Amino acid sequence: MSQQNSFLGFVHRRRRGAELFLVVLALVVGIGAYAAVGLGIDGEVPADIIGYGGWLAALTIACHIVVRLTAPYADPVLLPVVAALNGLGLAVIHRLDLAYETQGKAHQYAQQQLVWMTIGVGLFIATLVVLRDHRVLQRFTYTSGLAAIVLLLMPMLPFIGREVNGARIWINLGPIGLQPGEIAKVLLVIAFAGYLVLHRDALALAGRRLLFVDLPRGRDLGPILMMWLVSLGVLVFQRDLGSSLLFFGLFLTMLYVATERPGWLVVGVALFSAGAFFGYQAFGHVQARVNAWSDPFAAWETGSQQVGQSMFGMAWGGLLGRGLGQGRPDLISYAQSDFIMGAIGEELGLTGVIAVILLYGLIVERGLRAALVCRDGFGKLVATGLACVLALQVFVVIGGVTNLIPLTGLTTPFLSYGGSSLIANWVIIALLLRISDQARRPVPDLSQDSDEASDAETTQVVNLR
Amino acid sequence: MNKPIRTMSLFCLVLFLALMGNATYLQYFKASDLNESSLNKRVIESAFSRERGAILVGRDAIAESKPSDDKYKFQRVYNNPWMYAHVTGTFSYYSQTGIERTQNSVLSGDDSRLFVSRLVDLVNNSSPKGGTVELTLDPDAQKAAFEGLDKNPGLGSDVQGAVVAIEPSTGKILAMTSSPSFDPNKLASHDLGQVAELSQELNARDDQPLLNRAISTTLPPGSTFKLVTAAAALETGDYDADSMVPGGPSYTLPHTTTSIGNGGRACGTDKIPMTQALEQSCNTTFLALADELGQEKMLAQAEAFGFNDTSLEDLPGQAESVYPTEELEDSYLAQTGIGQYDVRATPLQMAMVVGGIVNDGVVMRPYLVDEVRSPDLDVLDKTSTEELSQAVGSDSAHELRKMMVSVVENGTAGVALIPGAEVGAKTGTAESCDECNNFAWFVSYAKKGDKEVAVAVMLQKVDLSNSEIAGGALAGPIAKSVMEAVID
Repeated sequence: MSQQNSFLGFVHRRRRGAELFLVVLALVVGIGAYAAVGLGIDGEVPADIIGYGGWLAALTIACHIVVRLTAPYADPVLLPVVAALNGLGLAVIHRLDLAYETQGKAHQYAQQQLVWMTIGVGLFIATLVVLRDHRVLQRFTYTSGLAAIVLLLMPMLPFIGREVNGARIWINLGPIGLQPGEIAKVLLVIAFAGYLVLHRDALALAGRRLLFVDLPRGRDLGPILMMWLVSLGVLVFQRDLGSSLLFFGLFLTMLYVATERPGWLVVGVALFSAGAFFGYQAFGHVQARVNAWSDPFAAWETGSQQVGQSMFGMAWGGLLGRGLGQGRPDLISYAQSDFIMGAIGEELGLTGVIAVILLYGLIVERGLRAALVCRDGFGKLVATGLACVLALQVFVVIGGVTNLIPLTGLTTPFLSYGGSSLIANWVIIALLLRISDQARRPVPDLSQDSDEASDAETTQVVNLR
Repeated sequence: MNKPIRTMSLFCLVLFLALMGNATYLQYFKASDLNESSLNKRVIESAFSRERGAILVGRDAIAESKPSDDKYKFQRVYNNPWMYAHVTGTFSYYSQTGIERTQNSVLSGDDSRLFVSRLVDLVNNSSPKGGTVELTLDPDAQKAAFEGLDKNPGLGSDVQGAVVAIEPSTGKILAMTSSPSFDPNKLASHDLGQVAELSQELNARDDQPLLNRAISTTLPPGSTFKLVTAAAALETGDYDADSMVPGGPSYTLPHTTTSIGNGGRACGTDKIPMTQALEQSCNTTFLALADELGQEKMLAQAEAFGFNDTSLEDLPGQAESVYPTEELEDSYLAQTGIGQYDVRATPLQMAMVVGGIVNDGVVMRPYLVDEVRSPDLDVLDKTSTEELSQAVGSDSAHELRKMMVSVVENGTAGVALIPGAEVGAKTGTAESCDECNNFAWFVSYAKKGDKEVAVAVMLQKVDLSNSEIAGGALAGPIAKSVMEAVID
């Protein structure tokens, strides 16, 4: 039997067929939602459903084929979940386009998003094809770190930097705008993981004890601390609270996982509390966010109605939602980007919201599972980092939109309109797939000639009498 | 490194559970709160563009939704707007009043009783329609009341007042008007700028046209309250209609030198029969009776008729009629016997007093919504009558009736006489301060065959000098025409 054969206990099956089946289901969700938007608003299936659906299907199936060829043992759930989310996001953005159109503010967000998705899928495929072993990335530890900081600094540059809604986090490259922070996120995970996996023993063991924590030696912690402080400082300076929070959480998580010292969490939470308190005292825009969180309806006429409108929308949606095209998600400003969950809550109801949150939960769970079964420390750290950064991002943005926590602008992965975010997230999924492929692949068998028959013979009970 | 990874997965699980919990809280538990918020444009717009059910009086729709070709799709239309304004209220973008407000869930189609038709709408993919509400109003009585109040040349143009008629045996409200009135159509308009302007203007006006004086204005009921005092006296068992009660030309309030007379009416020199005291509306009698009965009995009697409470559920804004509960000095207590001092009543309350007397002492809960129907006019719910209280015993009720009839036949309310019908009434004129206008009251009932009606008319402000304002002459004819409309 194969179980007896592999002494590690369990050999993963490829499950590519299951993935294909799920991918088709995901396409039904995406294309079905697109058709439902047409039915809900114009009363008919949109005329471009064949072209649109065909393109979406082609992209998704292409992803599947590439996974089948280059990462045959990769987790079969990740790709379908992502395809479903991306398809749903496109449909909702299309729905908002139609709403804005009736108000005379014509946008082509959905079309642009489809272009971004195409680029994202291109990078996804490129990543899987080029990167046959994720451990190669470890060579680029410092390069990644440097690149991330450069990217984060770019919006501060005079000509290409651009300020949108008080946050200077955009760069203009000709006709397209990018949020380099999204890409820096991936690079930072690689940089942190590469550094930590080399220095984890030194960080965990060398050093002296202070209060509850074993403080590592400065020369071990120094470089990474620098990298982190610079990135965090840049973000705080750019007033990008969401990303600051994200990077802080990311760093803390990876440090904790690498060193296996829970004390870091205590230190991190203490630092965070102090930082939050200081931020609240010092910055008007932080105070404004906290006030808007404690009572979203207090400054209705004068302040921002975003969160309140999003809450109204979700309440209006109730359990089952108004139906695509039947609500007024266009009342929420930026419904197509940060607040897309408000639009989903209104038109697809609590059911839709829970479904989306569960899909994110699946991605995170699958990512962490890849981390668990992964055989090398670097892969473990990268997978954990990517999964946790996704979880944090989802929590921060959906929590903000539903008024669970103060609002800090971030995009909702795969759903929100926004090129940088979509591309970065597709790359994240490619990396997770690569790591899970490596992790689930059977251990190369060194005794090449072993087969079931010879196995059976070697374990045969020999009668000595 | 697997242990911290497992810890992190637990942490992520907590994050996602928190998100789902919060979404559930928001979209399920807190949803109705949020939906009712006045800031919530989305709910307002959706309600505003829905085909709302009609409000019916008899077979005629007094409010209905008609298709409009703007973005709201339906326009609320009030037929006969001035006459029914205070009952229907208005369905404006900014607020709803009257029946439009209290029956909103039915009219908008959200009521649970409309579940089946909602389901059918869902299956047919047609937009939901609201249910229909049929009112208890009698169109003839309503017309008589409205015309008596608003189109009455004898009252001048700026009259402020109200008329209420109820069916004593059920509590059905047969007529309810308040003057001045307003045009709800203008407030339901889709021209929101104009609506805001108009509603500001209406709210700023001194004569408060939006106020439903029939249920929201409390004024001293004056002599009409003598019915309550008489009821309290009869309930002691020591009196009947023929009992001799204190009369005389004047009464000096206890522990004061203030003396109150009878305005020259024939109230004898010493003791007179109670019937005569009511016929001539003798202040001296009822001042003395109130003092004799004491506050406890007076309060109990007033509350048995519905004072210090609200009973009408079908309209918002019913004011509590007041009989003072804090301990009164004797001089004030005496004055409550003639409906002065701190006694205040709404026209509806006075109609309920008369209704209770006519209905063998049982006060019925007044109501306006008779039936709730589905969009296809199937009856979904019919309001059942409800006894509010046994205000007086059957014997006392009978005595009171006899005396009220006598007030019409021999006393101050002769104007209400309707040949061929049993009519009882009581007039009232009250003043609340020296320079104010007097208030004219008239409460009455009529019975012919199995048709009964109790009416209260209140005139708060009329363009006449105080000497010309008296309940019988001004308010009586209005009551009479309303009664005739019901019993004929």
